[in-house]
Amino acid sequence: MRAFGIAIIAALMTMGGAYAQTLDEVRARGYLNCGVNTGLAGFASPNEEGAWEGFDVDFCRALAAAIFDDPDAVRYRALTSQERFTALQSAEIDILSRNTTWTLTRDVSVGVDFIGVNYYDGQGFMVPTALEVESALELDGARICVQTGTTTELNLADFFRANGMTFETVVIQTAEESRRNYMAESCDAYTTDVSGLAAVRVTLPEPNAHIILPEVISKEPLGPVVRQGDPQWTDLARWTLNALITAEELGVTSANVDDMREAAVNPNIRRLLGVEGDMGSQLGLDAAWAYRIIRHTGNYGEIFDRNIGTGSPLSLERGLNGQWYDGGILYAPPLR
Amino acid sequence: MSDVQTYAPGTHPDLPPPPNEVGVLAWLRQNLFSNWVNAGLTLASLALIIVIVPPLLSWFVFDAVFSGENRQACEGAGGACWAVVTARWNQFFYGLYPSDQTWRLNVVFVGLLLAVTPWLAPQAPFRRALVWFSLAYPFLAYWLLAGGLSLEPVHTGAWGGFTLTLVIGVTGIAASLPLGILLALGRQSSLPVVSMLCVAFIETVRGVPLIMFLFMASNMLNLFLPQGVQFDLLLRALIAVTLFSSAYMAEVVRGGLQAISSGQYEAAQAMGLTYWQSMRHIILPQALRTVIPGIVNNFIALFKDTSLVAIIGLFDLLNMAKAIVTDADWQGLSIEVYVFAGIVYWIVCFSMSRYSLWLEGSLDAENKDAA
Repeated sequence: MRAFGIAIIAALMTMGGAYAQTLDEVRARGYLNCGVNTGLAGFASPNEEGAWEGFDVDFCRALAAAIFDDPDAVRYRALTSQERFTALQSAEIDILSRNTTWTLTRDVSVGVDFIGVNYYDGQGFMVPTALEVESALELDGARICVQTGTTTELNLADFFRANGMTFETVVIQTAEESRRNYMAESCDAYTTDVSGLAAVRVTLPEPNAHIILPEVISKEPLGPVVRQGDPQWTDLARWTLNALITAEELGVTSANVDDMREAAVNPNIRRLLGVEGDMGSQLGLDAAWAYRIIRHTGNYGEIFDRNIGTGSPLSLERGLNGQWYDGGILYAPPLR
Repeated sequence: MSDVQTYAPGTHPDLPPPPNEVGVLAWLRQNLFSNWVNAGLTLASLALIIVIVPPLLSWFVFDAVFSGENRQACEGAGGACWAVVTARWNQFFYGLYPSDQTWRLNVVFVGLLLAVTPWLAPQAPFRRALVWFSLAYPFLAYWLLAGGLSLEPVHTGAWGGFTLTLVIGVTGIAASLPLGILLALGRQSSLPVVSMLCVAFIETVRGVPLIMFLFMASNMLNLFLPQGVQFDLLLRALIAVTLFSSAYMAEVVRGGLQAISSGQYEAAQAMGLTYWQSMRHIILPQALRTVIPGIVNNFIALFKDTSLVAIIGLFDLLNMAKAIVTDADWQGLSIEVYVFAGIVYWIVCFSMSRYSLWLEGSLDAENKDAA
């Protein structure tokens, strides 16, 4: 019994080293194992043909395009929020792209690495336009629908206390229930993450009769996650995200990427698309890695619009997720 | 006095029964209004039906929308938006299976019906041929589902919807009954090692929730396997569900075995039958017959428990329904989607329970014929 226990502990301890070569493993396997949400509108859900699509799904497709030149070389594993980290640690998946909030505890003590932020979410408020409220600061004394037991509830209390306002909570169990309560006007405002508010808003009978207030009262930076202990794989995932953001910054899209590759004179674009310099080999890939990503999935902006932005039923504004020169905070380090 | 008619003995014609003892009125009086309490209950139930049924019907059928591209098609309709079910019908049944390959699943469905016929209805024609077919069926179904050998391979991660629920349910049912019988016999065995192993297995499995088994199988197993060895997730779920269900089945069968009087065992021995012969011909047929309701109860529970595989990210019917609810085009239609999934589960489970009633009835009839 004791020997068995020691064997297990020894196995667990050597585990970190054992997973060092994720890229080689993925190559040998021929496809990427990607952990996604079991279903979140716009971020990951199976479409009518049964194929996965969404904002988080497209990140895995981009990574697969970089490695295999084939965005479909991905096997998706739908994960609940409880099992997502375990699945990553036990090597069931190579990358977790499942609207996961980057926090200190998760980064440090769970044995995973966040490779960056691909969506800056945060808690906001939705109100009917009939209330003629234009700022969350005007919500003094309002009845607010909030899901119980979430950080949302705590953030709400903090925000109102900090601004010296009073409120009345209508405490609710599920998102669906909140929607019904809000529709039945048993509360004046509904609060949850802004992306969630947008998803609810489009389902209301008259979406235009409701607005999402500009205040965002909490930070929810969502990003892809990899296992700790394989720097090469972490770098590859991180720079896949950076390449997507850089491509938008430089105006490279899936439509013009081939022309740009032929004709661009901007050295930044030439480096990104592998015409100049040797970025790919430092990541364990070839020079055209980013070119493949853009060609198959488009740049960050295209992915955003198609899945959650104005080209989708959710019609989220870019807001914080805009490029730095557009008033957002997306700022990819230079690709050189 | 003159209008009183008299009859000679034996010539009185048959009179109709009094009008309030036959016909609709009498039936109503006897069954619905036999006393004040019953009359009150009848009226109350009638009122309840009138209050509940018309709105339900209009929600389900009359005001419902049955087709459309997205949820805008249901705008303004007062009833259910079944358009989401019609639009995602394929996913309810085939999950994420490649849409040009779904014919294979249809073949599997039809094959399943043929394969279970000889076991469910012993009087069915061509029984011998069907028995052979049903023995070959698991391999055939696996080939059709998974592909290979000239069929396009489909990874188990893409199996889903009702197909997956059926795969897990049917495999669990088909494997857990024989396993459960063996465990029950093992538990009663006079060989201490065998009986202790069986008792240990049964009690361990019964003492742990199924969700924990599934969770262990999906997340912990990999930590104990050598690097690079990957067990298929569905296979792990199948094993977990089957083992779990077989422990419960073993206890049901044990109940049946205990109901058989010791005279039967002694009679079998006196006839010189070996242990397996006596089980096969004397004990088990009687024991299983007594516990049919318990067995079917287990089957139904197992079939519904298959929805727990959602916890490990398999897209069975219920999880598929959840995923469909999150489709941006069909946001906010959770009621319709879940009601539909519920109806599908209900149809399957109700059929099983009706079948078990029929089976008990027909076995009783056989007994009476024999007696």
